[in-house]
Amino acid sequence: MDRLIQELPSFLSIWNIIFLLKAMGVTFLLSLIGCLVGFSLGTLLAVFRKTKSAFLIPLRILIVIYTEIFRRIPFLVSLLLIFYIFQIVKITDSLFIIAIVTVCLIATAFISEIVRSGLESVNQTQWDAAKAMNFSYYETLKEVIFPQAWKVIFPPAFSFFILFIKDTALASQIGVMELTFAGKVLNNKGFSPILVFGTILILYFILSFPLDRFGKYMERKYATN
Amino acid sequence: MGYTLIYSQVTEYIPYLLAGAWISLQIVILAFSGGMFFGLILASIKTFGNLTLRRIVIFYVTFFTNTPQLVQIYFIFFALPEIGILLSPFVAVLIGMTLNAAAYLCEIQRAGFLSIRQNELDAARTMCFSIVQQVRFVILPHIMKVLFPPLSNHYILMTLGTSMAAIFGVEELTGRAFNINSETFRSVEIFSITALIYIIITFIATLLLAIIGKHFFKAKIRIIQ
Amino acid sequence: MQQIKISDINAYYDDYHVLKNVSLSIDKGHIVSIIGPSGSGKSSLLKLLVGLLLPESGTISISNKIINYTNKDHLYYARNKTAIVFQQYNLFQNMNVLKNVCIAPHKIQKRKKEEVEEQAIKLLDKVGLKNKLNSYPEELSGGQQQRVAIARALCLNPEILLLDEITSALDPELVKEVLDTIRVLANDGMTMLIVSHEMVFVKEVSNKVVFMDEGAIVDYNTPHNIFESPKHERTAEFVSTILR
Repeated sequence: MDRLIQELPSFLSIWNIIFLLKAMGVTFLLSLIGCLVGFSLGTLLAVFRKTKSAFLIPLRILIVIYTEIFRRIPFLVSLLLIFYIFQIVKITDSLFIIAIVTVCLIATAFISEIVRSGLESVNQTQWDAAKAMNFSYYETLKEVIFPQAWKVIFPPAFSFFILFIKDTALASQIGVMELTFAGKVLNNKGFSPILVFGTILILYFILSFPLDRFGKYMERKYATN
Repeated sequence: MGYTLIYSQVTEYIPYLLAGAWISLQIVILAFSGGMFFGLILASIKTFGNLTLRRIVIFYVTFFTNTPQLVQIYFIFFALPEIGILLSPFVAVLIGMTLNAAAYLCEIQRAGFLSIRQNELDAARTMCFSIVQQVRFVILPHIMKVLFPPLSNHYILMTLGTSMAAIFGVEELTGRAFNINSETFRSVEIFSITALIYIIITFIATLLLAIIGKHFFKAKIRIIQ
Repeated sequence: MQQIKISDINAYYDDYHVLKNVSLSIDKGHIVSIIGPSGSGKSSLLKLLVGLLLPESGTISISNKIINYTNKDHLYYARNKTAIVFQQYNLFQNMNVLKNVCIAPHKIQKRKKEEVEEQAIKLLDKVGLKNKLNSYPEELSGGQQQRVAIARALCLNPEILLLDEITSALDPELVKEVLDTIRVLANDGMTMLIVSHEMVFVKEVSNKVVFMDEGAIVDYNTPHNIFESPKHERTAEFVSTILR
């Protein structure tokens, strides 16, 4: 306890604070970019997965395999696998890029499932009516299905975004300068681990909690609509 | 690309990896059971307790669900020795996962409490069911059915979550993959096999849970599609 | 002219044989009603014509053109010539009344927006919903939604109108308002195929009546020969239980 109070001033140095804020930014960016890409690609995958033509069967099988794989492997293992693959293929040395690629691959798999559930929640009768009026598959999705599916897609997708912020902590293991790695750095510098990891926990809380509240607020708004 | 994939060099390690998977299983079963037990207590307090106790539980749950499990374990592993509690990696991971699970499982079980339908209880009372009979025939079957899917889902997530134990040196599946990696350096082969083992484990678990769910609780879970 | 000709159609829902050797011809401008017990395949016959159910064998021709429902162009042709009003109205929940009526003519048939809107407003006025243009389906009663569905079907300018038990999901008071609308349309000379339980209405409005039972057409005759002096025993049985 005394050690804590002793170290507090040097711990809260300007350099450290900026360092931690930057790391928070990296954590937030990883999650945000992952989810934005995940949402765009995930939607594409969900749309193609629901097509019915025989011509597209191989594509549908690939999509199913992809989503099932990336949802059933731990984040850490995916990260390391992609890390080592990048080492062989030698495209880039940047740890941040490797982390972003992994994060996008995982997020796409999870979000495509969320989008798919959303699309399936729309009653078959809406498809029937559109088909009988000669709407094409894509026109039906655009004009009728997606506007209705959105209500069912947004809450779990947003929750996933918040969850994902916590998952990015594992990127620390390949040396990406996000929040958890920043904690390890400060711990190695000799600061009290209670101080260091306690602060890191609080910082994650500050990132996650407001978003969580916002999500719950939006959910209530959507429900009353 | 000066690297060829040589799987044969790595196949001899598969039994070693599978033994690690068994340890992962032990971790998840212990943490899940502990989490269920404590989660139940927390859920009961949150539903029936007085205001102060409720506030404490809410604080606990909010804290543990808005911060990453990895950092929670870092705290337990590195910070507790400061106040004199030295824990082995295995125990630290177990405690961290259990505390984390308790928070999530508290919320899930609370949803179960809230789903009790008062009108069915009224009917049972007017038909002279004793309290025990009410619990056995009206409350329990319904709660089990409602809770089974989210609990199964969380169990699978926790199974994947055991991989972070490797970071602390625990020799479960991922940890052993690390060991083999530092011996043979056949990284891509090792981690792809490890990934495959995780996929198989979670697939079997989902299958078993789906069968149990259908037979005992008449609850349905999706496997694929 | 024979507008619709159905010959020896057999259709299945998975293993269930829903239409058994069904043959039927309907002349242009005729109003033909289909009656029969539940599960006799009446709705399936309509779904067949718009390609929501595929036949295993047999042929269908619309306006003298044989339709292969697995061919994209044929399918488009068939759906263009017909318009169906569903039992559950199937209005698009995310669009208001006006958009529901306008969207297909505008986006699919590629007609000019102003022209479509003008026709839509006229039709909605005809069905008595001129003041509900901006309302959403969830704000309307069942009868109102059904009338929107009728306007929507008419705005497609079909040659053939298919009505699938459009009064079954409605309260008795609302049934009358929908039937009045149909009566007006019947006088305009459109070919109509109506599946209905409302026997009094069927008798009044139809040129011919089809009686179906267990997936097959048992009888096809004028209303008089179905209701007053039925020629088949099964028809007589059904009619007597319905009309008491």
